[in-house]
Amino acid sequence: MPFEDEEKQKLKGEVHKLIAARDQKHQSNFVEFRNFKIVYRRYAGLFFCFCVDTNDNELAYLEAIHFFVEVLDAFFRNVCELDLVFNFYKVYAILDEVFLAGEIQETSKTAILNRLDYLDKLE
Amino acid sequence: MSTAQQFFNNVEKYIPKLGVLRLKDLIKQIRACKTAADERAVIAKESAFIRTSFKEENVETRHINVAKLLYIHMLGYPAHFGQMECLKLGGAKDESESAQEVGAKDNIKGQMDQRLSVELLPSWKIFANLLFDPIRTVASPKFADKRLGYLGIMLLLDENQEVLTLVTNCLKNDMNNSNMYVVGLALCTLGNISSQEMARDLSMEVEKLLGSSNTYVRKKAALCALRIVKKVPDLMENFLSRGKNLLNERNHGVLLTGVTLLTEMCQLDPEILSELRKNAVGTLVRHLKNLVTAGFSPEHDVSGVTDPFLQVKVLRLMRILGKGDSEASDAMNDVLAQVATNTEASKNVGNAILYETVLTIMEIESENSLRVLGINILGRFLANRDNNIRYVALTTLTKTCQNNPTSDSSALQRHRSTILDCLRDPDVSIRRRALDLSFFLINAQNIRILTRELLSFLEIAEGEVKNSVAVRVCDFAGRYRPNKRWEVDTVCRVLRVAGAYVDQSVVNHFVKLVTTSPPELQQYAVRKIYNIVKNEGERALTQEGLLQAMVWCVGEYGDVLVSGGGSTEQGIFGEKDEGEEAGADPLQGEYQVAPAEGDVVAMFTELLRGPYATLAVKEYSVTALAKLTGRFRDGSVIEQLRALIAKYQVNINVELQQRAVEYARIMGLDGETRAALLERMPVLESALKEESKKGSGVPVAENAPAAAAPSGGAELLGGLNDDLMGLGIGESGAAAGAGGGDIYNMVFGGSGTAGGGGTAKNDNIMDLLGGIGLGSAPVTSTPTSASSASKPTTDLLGDLFGGGAPAAAASPVSAPPISVDPLGDLLGGFGGAPQQQEQQGRSYQCYDKNGLRIALVPTKEGTSLRINAKLENVGMVGVGGVAFQVAVPKTQSISWLQALTSTDIGPGGSATQIMRIDNPKKAPIRLRLKVAYSVGGQGVDEIVEFSGFDPSLWA
Repeated sequence: MPFEDEEKQKLKGEVHKLIAARDQKHQSNFVEFRNFKIVYRRYAGLFFCFCVDTNDNELAYLEAIHFFVEVLDAFFRNVCELDLVFNFYKVYAILDEVFLAGEIQETSKTAILNRLDYLDKLE
Repeated sequence: MSTAQQFFNNVEKYIPKLGVLRLKDLIKQIRACKTAADERAVIAKESAFIRTSFKEENVETRHINVAKLLYIHMLGYPAHFGQMECLKLGGAKDESESAQEVGAKDNIKGQMDQRLSVELLPSWKIFANLLFDPIRTVASPKFADKRLGYLGIMLLLDENQEVLTLVTNCLKNDMNNSNMYVVGLALCTLGNISSQEMARDLSMEVEKLLGSSNTYVRKKAALCALRIVKKVPDLMENFLSRGKNLLNERNHGVLLTGVTLLTEMCQLDPEILSELRKNAVGTLVRHLKNLVTAGFSPEHDVSGVTDPFLQVKVLRLMRILGKGDSEASDAMNDVLAQVATNTEASKNVGNAILYETVLTIMEIESENSLRVLGINILGRFLANRDNNIRYVALTTLTKTCQNNPTSDSSALQRHRSTILDCLRDPDVSIRRRALDLSFFLINAQNIRILTRELLSFLEIAEGEVKNSVAVRVCDFAGRYRPNKRWEVDTVCRVLRVAGAYVDQSVVNHFVKLVTTSPPELQQYAVRKIYNIVKNEGERALTQEGLLQAMVWCVGEYGDVLVSGGGSTEQGIFGEKDEGEEAGADPLQGEYQVAPAEGDVVAMFTELLRGPYATLAVKEYSVTALAKLTGRFRDGSVIEQLRALIAKYQVNINVELQQRAVEYARIMGLDGETRAALLERMPVLESALKEESKKGSGVPVAENAPAAAAPSGGAELLGGLNDDLMGLGIGESGAAAGAGGGDIYNMVFGGSGTAGGGGTAKNDNIMDLLGGIGLGSAPVTSTPTSASSASKPTTDLLGDLFGGGAPAAAASPVSAPPISVDPLGDLLGGFGGAPQQQEQQGRSYQCYDKNGLRIALVPTKEGTSLRINAKLENVGMVGVGGVAFQVAVPKTQSISWLQALTSTDIGPGGSATQIMRIDNPKKAPIRLRLKVAYSVGGQGVDEIVEFSGFDPSLWA
């Protein structure tokens, strides 16, 4: 779904407001948002948010977030926020290896990491 | 190559010295900024630098600059305006053809710059050519550059931008590249930003790649195909045969993406669905079975479960295939049972699979035992400490109940207490879901327990859900009540705890309930609600719903309320008050105290004096007071009642004033007529109908099942109005109408005697006046409540006062005009106004909301029609910024003779607008009215249709 830049910024703001205000201990990791649902997971100070259809399997997406984070962790070797900031383009590359067109494309961590290492060497 | 490499390495080394800020440094700088202004300054400086650098065509630094640009963009700063201008300046073909050769590229860039400078475009347009840089980088032979370039495209562009056509060629080239990573990159880009056009242009390439021998390419192609199919479903055929082959894959990535693609295709095309039903179910079952039984496989293991993502996808596709097809469902039964029993539920992964399994079990034609298994899994979920799990359990159970209300209910009942516990969960989304589900649990056996729970929830619920809960509790209380007194108690309690939030439907519910009750119960109910208000004291004053119900009941049954001693009913109703929690209410005895007549009047005085009484409550009260003059005996009390009514003979609200004046006149009549006029309301037919269904478990009102919809109130009111019409006119037909007319002449004509025709047509009098009584009690509130039911009300009133006679057309059907002396107007109206004037001057009300009432007065002038629109503010607050527009069908034309006299209309004020409609073809006149205004700080913008004009106006 394409959005104008302005809309994207607005979305980011809204989602941030929505998620950051939530009680991490006593609330579920799912929030209704517009006509969708946001599945989010918090890692230290970082929130990973996925926007999914209302009848998608929330638990599976929660797991997918964790899977993505594990890949990040393996790639950066104990990932931290600064890794993601300074290597944002690499994060995108990893994202592109795990998800495509909004769907999971690979569930083997080894396969992904091998690709990434190879891609890294190409540069 | 090696020299080039060396060259690049050297350049990298010297970059800092050349004054180019490295990406890392830029990020550091930005992060070091203490204020937003600092950050903006850094970014502005860097943007300017990047711009010049691009302009100078500095090949070596382009990579870094694009990366920096993307970072700037990520922070939300503008990085790409004016793609359109950009497109006009440079040709897409030039770009991609020249892509390989730096020299040619420079040339083009040079031309572009030249054109830019020649046209002296504003700086933002020059900045726009930055956009070309990612595209050009894509064409770069260096892989890292290419990747960054595509990343830029994915981030900066979206499918709506025409610049994308430039990209299509690059993608096409890259998809045919021999390097699989380059192909992968191109597929990835397409999958993320493909537009319809790109989908069409590149569908061939993707189809080819779907058959590639390389799994890396194949899985990406599958998801690209998914995107293409979503964008252009017509292209589906192209992918069908290769898509089906993907199901036989061994590689999980390809299988996963293949299943995803086929799921989408099945949803889009029923033919593919039925084909896969025949051929694919077996394969899917086998895959799933392998996944469940497979031992530890390190590659796809997620906390002990083999590839949960694939399992979930397969289950999802199975759900679509098995839905409504018993053969396919049968084939799945075993494996579903296997998954449901063998999956480890201690971790989120396992629960994700179980959740998907339950969804599939519930949706396909699965065996009964499997369904019970499914519900039990959800029951286990409900008891889980993890909110996420409870959340999905509640959602799923509610969905199951909606689809299949009866079959799974006994399994569900076992989890009742767990569900009710969720009503007290700190998470609001869990509470809401538990609430919805609770209503599905209600049946005749557990209605008492569940209602008690729901009532205690009602007390703590947030304001905005209170009404919907209240409406539903009342609805279900009627449906499954064990006895009628219990229902009275329950509705009373609803009104007590949520009286400030409930809408009209709850009040109506109570009114209907009381009117259909036997006399002892009526007494019980009236005393109860009276005493609730009394005991609540000041708190009751803001509870509008409670007050309305109380005022109405006291007005109707005032004699019963004050008659007899204190708690004599204990004998009749030996049992405890069932709506209340045991022991929670020590005041129970007090709820049956009979007040003295004077106390009742004192309460009304108190109630009307405060600032809280809303217009509706006042209207109810005036009618109740009038009725009480016929119910009470004590002369001094009746004097007080009259004095209270008299106060409203001068009031800013016309409705209230008119009623007060009318009632004052009625009180001046002789005893017999007055008694007839103040008769108790007849029982509504609809109430009787609903009553007969109650307690049987079926929805009582037509709108009952999920009565949460706010329209409930309006519909109920509509029902009331219909009945009123029936009572007043419909049943007794024209005779009653004519008789009614006489009586009105008699009553309001000031003849002062009630002899002759009046008594002879006593039945009709009763009917009509009964009608008035009700008309002014529950219904009069509608003009102010802005509900959609307001129109019938005014019609009704108009009809009633128009004598309801066949001559209705000749009387002012719209609301009575504002006047200091409404009685005078009425008298004038009935006094036989000349026929002609009635034809011409008839006013049609076309809008009445939020206090704004619009009436149209048409006058025929040959083939055209002159319409005088009168906009009146009958509300309590000013209406501002009024705009009133009218559209007519093409065969007619409209012209304005006079613009709206004022766009701001204060309370009680009015404005007019005059238009002429030329109607040479004499077609029926239909108007579409657009009304825009603001009231109480809120803008209203509405379109209404009006076609109620008398055909004589165009015939």
